Amino acid sequence: MKVPEQLTRLGAVIAVIVAVVLLLRFVVLPESMFSAQPHQAATVVREAARPGRYAGMDACRDCHSDEYGTKLAGAHRGIGCENCHGPAAAHVANKDDETVTPPKHREREFCLGCHGFVASRPDGFPQVVAQEHNVRKRCVACHDAHDPVPDEPPKSCDGCHGRIARIKALSAHSQLACTECHQVAEQHLLKPRTALPTKPDAREACAGCHDPASTEPAAARSRVDFSSHGRTYVCWQCHYAHLPEGPK
Amino acid sequence: MNKREFLKDVILFFPAAGVMQALACQAAGEEMSASATVPYDPSQHWYGMGVDVDKCIGCNRCVEACKAENGVPDEPYYFRTWIERYTIHADGEVNVECISTKTPEQRLAEQNQPIDPGVLRTFFVPKLCNQCANPPCVQVCPVGATFQTRDGVVLVDEKRCIGCRYCIQACPYGARYLNPHTRTADKCTFCYHRVTKGLQPACVEVCPTEARIFGDLKARADRLVRFERENEIGVLKPDLNTEPKVLYAKLDGEVR
Repeated sequence: MKVPEQLTRLGAVIAVIVAVVLLLRFVVLPESMFSAQPHQAATVVREAARPGRYAGMDACRDCHSDEYGTKLAGAHRGIGCENCHGPAAAHVANKDDETVTPPKHREREFCLGCHGFVASRPDGFPQVVAQEHNVRKRCVACHDAHDPVPDEPPKSCDGCHGRIARIKALSAHSQLACTECHQVAEQHLLKPRTALPTKPDAREACAGCHDPASTEPAAARSRVDFSSHGRTYVCWQCHYAHLPEGPK
Repeated sequence: MNKREFLKDVILFFPAAGVMQALACQAAGEEMSASATVPYDPSQHWYGMGVDVDKCIGCNRCVEACKAENGVPDEPYYFRTWIERYTIHADGEVNVECISTKTPEQRLAEQNQPIDPGVLRTFFVPKLCNQCANPPCVQVCPVGATFQTRDGVVLVDEKRCIGCRYCIQACPYGARYLNPHTRTADKCTFCYHRVTKGLQPACVEVCPTEARIFGDLKARADRLVRFERENEIGVLKPDLNTEPKVLYAKLDGEVR
């Protein structure tokens, strides 16, 4: 049977079209035309080119080397300059423009943003009770913000352990000095985390007041027989010594 | 139009389309070459962040810095990063509140509260986009506007985003929001414009207690790699297999 000429021609045309399309798709056009790569690359370029407002601590070092050096030696060494002084990229770019000079915060509220007492803050982080700690003074009157530790280390424990001091102040143990139970090495004032104070490791520490044989008048109502009461435990494993009458 | 003219037009159409596509190709090539001029190789990095929960003091400085750096709207319900306060009570009740939604005055007024003896423990947890290695938000985007870069940061192409909010629904960490000005999805970029220049992200730059550590998980000697080695690392919702790259140290079991 003879194939009609129209069909042969149509077949040839379709074959040409298919060949051209295949050639375009797999040879002429690059693979990136069919992937999301180009517009993603454009987004990456756009994101990377965005201007920033924070210059970074190293940008401050060259001009403010004195403050930088002081800060590096003090307890605030880990804090970036822009934490307190705010974003400074505009100031770095144009040092003479006073409208963008970073502010110096001197008000109490600014320091209290970090150093006010909040129960959720980690233990050992220096916190003060604003209503009790030198109420009328600005913080910068005693503390250099770049080297905040005062010339003399704190004389009482509540300078750092305010949370415990506040609990203890309400408890039956309010009149006991911290050193009654804890031995505090001299080094603890300088390196709090490396030279830790001791905790009583024997029941005798409490027996001094709470044993029936004791003559301590303040503990008259809380004497227990140490030979029968919770024999295998150190007292503070059950009783919270800073608030002994609190919930168990 | 007869058959001959039709076929002639069809045959002429293809070269014309080819020219158009070649032009589009050239435009794409220009964008690619623009990225090539930056002396930064994304394939050499794999960014992550370490968060030491035990160091966060809830000062909210990271949130303010993030808003300033990235132009996040000021309203206290748009965040790229935010801080939550967990309060775990003796009766097993767990309260979570976002302290970043409060004004500085409100936070100051909440200080010096008497200690509640019914609270077992309470702490702050900074949250942000976890920059998942296996990001659910990327999978659901119907237009391919959000994607993971080769250095492991999930970005949004705001020119391509249609604001459908699928990704906001898909994110198990609630880290995305719809920017009311651009009407597109917005999220933490690890301050991509800063880290590619060797700077720290703004939140890390200002964190006063170094609770946040930014680093490169591909680097052999890096603070984050050491952080990962020295701490017991937890991630948020590990059961979802999103493989977060925000690594938490001392993470409480109650944190979701």
